[in-house]
Amino acid sequence: MLNVGKIEEGFVLDHIKAGKSLSLYEHLQLDKLDCTVAIIKNAKSNKLGKKDILKVECDIDKLDLDILAFLDHSITVNVIKNGEIVEKKDLELPKMIKNVIKCHNPRCITSIEQELPHIFYLADPVKEVYRCKYCEEKYSERRKQS
Amino acid sequence: MRHLMNPLDFTTTELEQLFDLAADIERNPAKYAHACAGKILATCFYEPSTRTRLSFESAMTRLGGSVIGFSDAASSSASKGESVSDTIRVISCYADICAMRHPKEGAPMVASEKSTIPVINAGDGGHQHPTQTLTDLLTIRSLKGEIKNFTIGLCGDLKFGRTVHSLINALVRYEGIRFIFISPEELRIPDYITDMLKEMDIPYEEVMNLENVMPNLDFLYMTRVQKERFFNEEDYIRLKDFYILDKAKMALAKDNMLVLHPLPRVNEISVEVDEDPRAAYFKQAQYGVYVRMALILTLLNINI
Repeated sequence: MLNVGKIEEGFVLDHIKAGKSLSLYEHLQLDKLDCTVAIIKNAKSNKLGKKDILKVECDIDKLDLDILAFLDHSITVNVIKNGEIVEKKDLELPKMIKNVIKCHNPRCITSIEQELPHIFYLADPVKEVYRCKYCEEKYSERRKQS
Repeated sequence: MRHLMNPLDFTTTELEQLFDLAADIERNPAKYAHACAGKILATCFYEPSTRTRLSFESAMTRLGGSVIGFSDAASSSASKGESVSDTIRVISCYADICAMRHPKEGAPMVASEKSTIPVINAGDGGHQHPTQTLTDLLTIRSLKGEIKNFTIGLCGDLKFGRTVHSLINALVRYEGIRFIFISPEELRIPDYITDMLKEMDIPYEEVMNLENVMPNLDFLYMTRVQKERFFNEEDYIRLKDFYILDKAKMALAKDNMLVLHPLPRVNEISVEVDEDPRAAYFKQAQYGVYVRMALILTLLNINI
């Protein structure tokens, strides 16, 4: 069994679906942070069978929880201080996301207007439906992204 | 500063104020003949739409204002690759208000974000056409006295027809509206609309036969089957004349039933119906000018 040491200050993203940690790493832009990151793939999990874990040694404020919630709000976010879990954050679906996903509607103005941000609003929190701000096209591939 | 992107941008109370103003314009056109003197409307039409553009131009001219603009993308700087954001920044220097039609959905919203003048969405692809919806609502209110407690039949292309979707979304905010959707199987109303009606507990039925429901209707909203929505020519030819409203069908309707149509019509309303006093579609075009006049005054904050 592989052992990865404790972190003193930072956060641990637990219960990531197996194989999805690298995608989260990219979406959260962890490559741009100057801190230690541990990516653990296919760890044993009672809940999921197999899971991924991300350990990041940096301030929690540097993490975009909205993007994380959009990608998969079932992920557990543990905040670590002095080597201990001090808080478990609940993730809520963000009301708006910007430049995380792209509108695929070929008739949408975002398909031709240069440098226009791709903005989606949460249109139905129960069905987890996001719609493009400009053309209102439904984004239905949310789960596939995580 | 306010724009109009979606018919639901205005509350029902705000719409009442707008319709009161439109009614006053209808009664006293002379009172408003110079209301926009010195003001300029820019009509930025990236795709041809003679009817809507002329309605806007007529509205501004009747208010004593002036109109500048272009009527297709080829004659605008878009053909040189200029973005909508840049175009509206420039138009903002030339005009006081802008009506924009664009084949790309959301283009008028992009314009509104960069504009320093009010922007009116004059149709964006298959997305929204709010001034048509305001026209429909004003026509109903003017001819029936109020927008509540009636049965409206929507007939024809209910799948692709944005005016139909927009009108339904606007009507569900009023009391006692019942819907009858009349369409061939291939052009049925989308599920998201019937789901919404179920959730809101608003009565509706879906039928294929127009004759059977004619006696139940207070309004019949006819639509054209649009060739450009079909990938397959055969399907278009098969469906384009599925419904033709004629004298025989009109004989089945109530004496005070009214026929609406966003126009242009092709074959779906026989010309013999035009003389029937219940044919309200040309009056509807007149109300389109009044409502655009009221909208221009409202967005420019001009009180007479």
